[in-house]
Amino acid sequence: MSMAAEERDARAPWALTAPALMLFVGVLLIPLAMTVMLSFHDWGQYKGIEPVFILKNWHEIATDPYYAEMFWRTFRIAILTTLLTALLGAPEAYILNRMSGRWKSFFLLIILGPLLISVVARTLGWALLFGGNNGLVNKLLMSLGVMRSPIPFMFTETGMVVALAHVMMPFMVLSVWAALQRLDPQIENAAMSLGAGPATIIRRIIMPQIMPGVLSGSIIVFSLSASAFATPAIIGGRRLKVAATLAYDEFLNTLNWPLGAAVATLLLVALVLIVVGSNALIERRYAEVFR
Amino acid sequence: MAYLELDRVAKQFGAQTVVDDFSLSVGKGEFISFLGPSGCGKTTTLQMIAGFLDPTRGAIRLAGKDLTAIHPAKRGLGIVFQSYALFPHMTAAENVAFGLEMRNVPRNERAERVRAALAMVGLAGYEDRHPRRMSGGQQQRVALARALVIKPSVLLLDEPLSNLDAKLREEMQIELRQIQRTVGTTTILVTHDQNEAMSLSDRIVVMSQGRIEQIGTPQQTYEKPASAFVSQFLGKTNDFAGAIDRTLTPAQLVVGSWSVPAPAGLNGPVTVSIRPERIGFGDAGLSAKIVTRIFQGNHWLFQCESECGPAIVIRQNDGKAQPAEGEAVRLTWRPEDMSVRARAGS
Repeated sequence: MSMAAEERDARAPWALTAPALMLFVGVLLIPLAMTVMLSFHDWGQYKGIEPVFILKNWHEIATDPYYAEMFWRTFRIAILTTLLTALLGAPEAYILNRMSGRWKSFFLLIILGPLLISVVARTLGWALLFGGNNGLVNKLLMSLGVMRSPIPFMFTETGMVVALAHVMMPFMVLSVWAALQRLDPQIENAAMSLGAGPATIIRRIIMPQIMPGVLSGSIIVFSLSASAFATPAIIGGRRLKVAATLAYDEFLNTLNWPLGAAVATLLLVALVLIVVGSNALIERRYAEVFR
Repeated sequence: MAYLELDRVAKQFGAQTVVDDFSLSVGKGEFISFLGPSGCGKTTTLQMIAGFLDPTRGAIRLAGKDLTAIHPAKRGLGIVFQSYALFPHMTAAENVAFGLEMRNVPRNERAERVRAALAMVGLAGYEDRHPRRMSGGQQQRVALARALVIKPSVLLLDEPLSNLDAKLREEMQIELRQIQRTVGTTTILVTHDQNEAMSLSDRIVVMSQGRIEQIGTPQQTYEKPASAFVSQFLGKTNDFAGAIDRTLTPAQLVVGSWSVPAPAGLNGPVTVSIRPERIGFGDAGLSAKIVTRIFQGNHWLFQCESECGPAIVIRQNDGKAQPAEGEAVRLTWRPEDMSVRARAGS
């Protein structure tokens, strides 16, 4: 092979990935870097944004317990949502996997169907059912005399967790489903022939093998829930802010862009650390199942 | 004496009958093969013995007790699956120990039996390996150890060697036979490989379309196939159309220009089957022309066009001169080497 050809070969991958790379740099890396830089700028009610380098915003976030509460709430909701989707989604995927052909595809469609509908529409559905005195379920329960006041759902953390879990469920089911597909179809028969009962088979044979699926589903659900905007905005509103709605408010209502940028950056860094850390842990713990 | 007994067992899926009228009695310590093409019902029969499927009709008895009434987890059978179905999250030793754990075998005894079982299949020192870090042959051995360590009343093998390459398969066949002889476990092997069935089994059950075609020792099924299907499925065979002419005295069996005194019983059109290695070249007999001649080391393979249709002949390479391609020959065989069946039609 000639020198020129070799050189050409070496450049080829760069040339081929250039369009995607440019898009990635242009719409992701540069805005991200600008957001990080923005978080170090100053801001005043009358002077607006001043491009200086100060730690004022970061200092405020670190010392004001308001922000600590906000982030603590964000991760509490994300963790509870993840637990709820795992507890419901894993058995759901397992049952789905055991169904016969036609039912399986029908229920898979039902589970994936919501992904085709906007998150806003799905969350508003919950608001229609449980929203104060006018919510359908609340009206029904109150007119039947079952309850005197509406179920506390709107503007509660419980409501947020339930609505988020509903929105995130397909990701968990799909992730566990993928792990189930890797299972040897005879593995349950093998365990049964060795004398294991149904409970033992689930606990000792199935669970350890689908655990990587549950955990990777959990990572997806956790990071999406912690950074979710639409659902917390509709269910929690102004009364129950999370990190994403807080950043939004700082940007668009208070117009304090630098503070909003600091909140957004902190959320991003925290999420990346948690996701990368837990991913490394999972891969080490389940090395044998992943192979 | 019958140890495992299948009595007119049948399995239907909807309107489709997958296994029909399957009766077999297996002696203790016997090695039986279910042999047939895919879809012949051999795996379905095995799964009914294992308890993963319930027979639609018929009874399965083990040592006189009705096996179908016992839950599959309580049957105490050892099963090796085609895909091995090892538990990937457990080490080889943990895989083998699982059945003992389910039986509440005390820890010390368990460890000892696991060690012995792995040593028996030649995997001493592999205790802490995970299945996905092992080769196909090693996984196969772990699966066998896992099935045998619980001292099963019957060992069921579902195409256990089909995922191995040819050389390894041959090695495992010999080893499987030796292990089965040493342990003495009654064994049922499901396979579509006639060589495997012949080299391993005491008796072969040849199946086709859910029915038993023949039960017999490997020699019986090969030498005296009970049906056209068996003779075609077990090795190569030549089927010639012939006829028994009882108007002559003595009555003659005639195949083209080859004839012998007719056997008793049959009359009219018949099919004559002869194995290719039992046909020789002679001065008289079925006239034929050699189309191709293939040298295969220890033997020659001739494809001929005879007056009764195509014929294959295998001659041992004994160093003597062999007829060339295009040469006209006469095919002949001993009457005791052929099997004669009545032929439908004309």
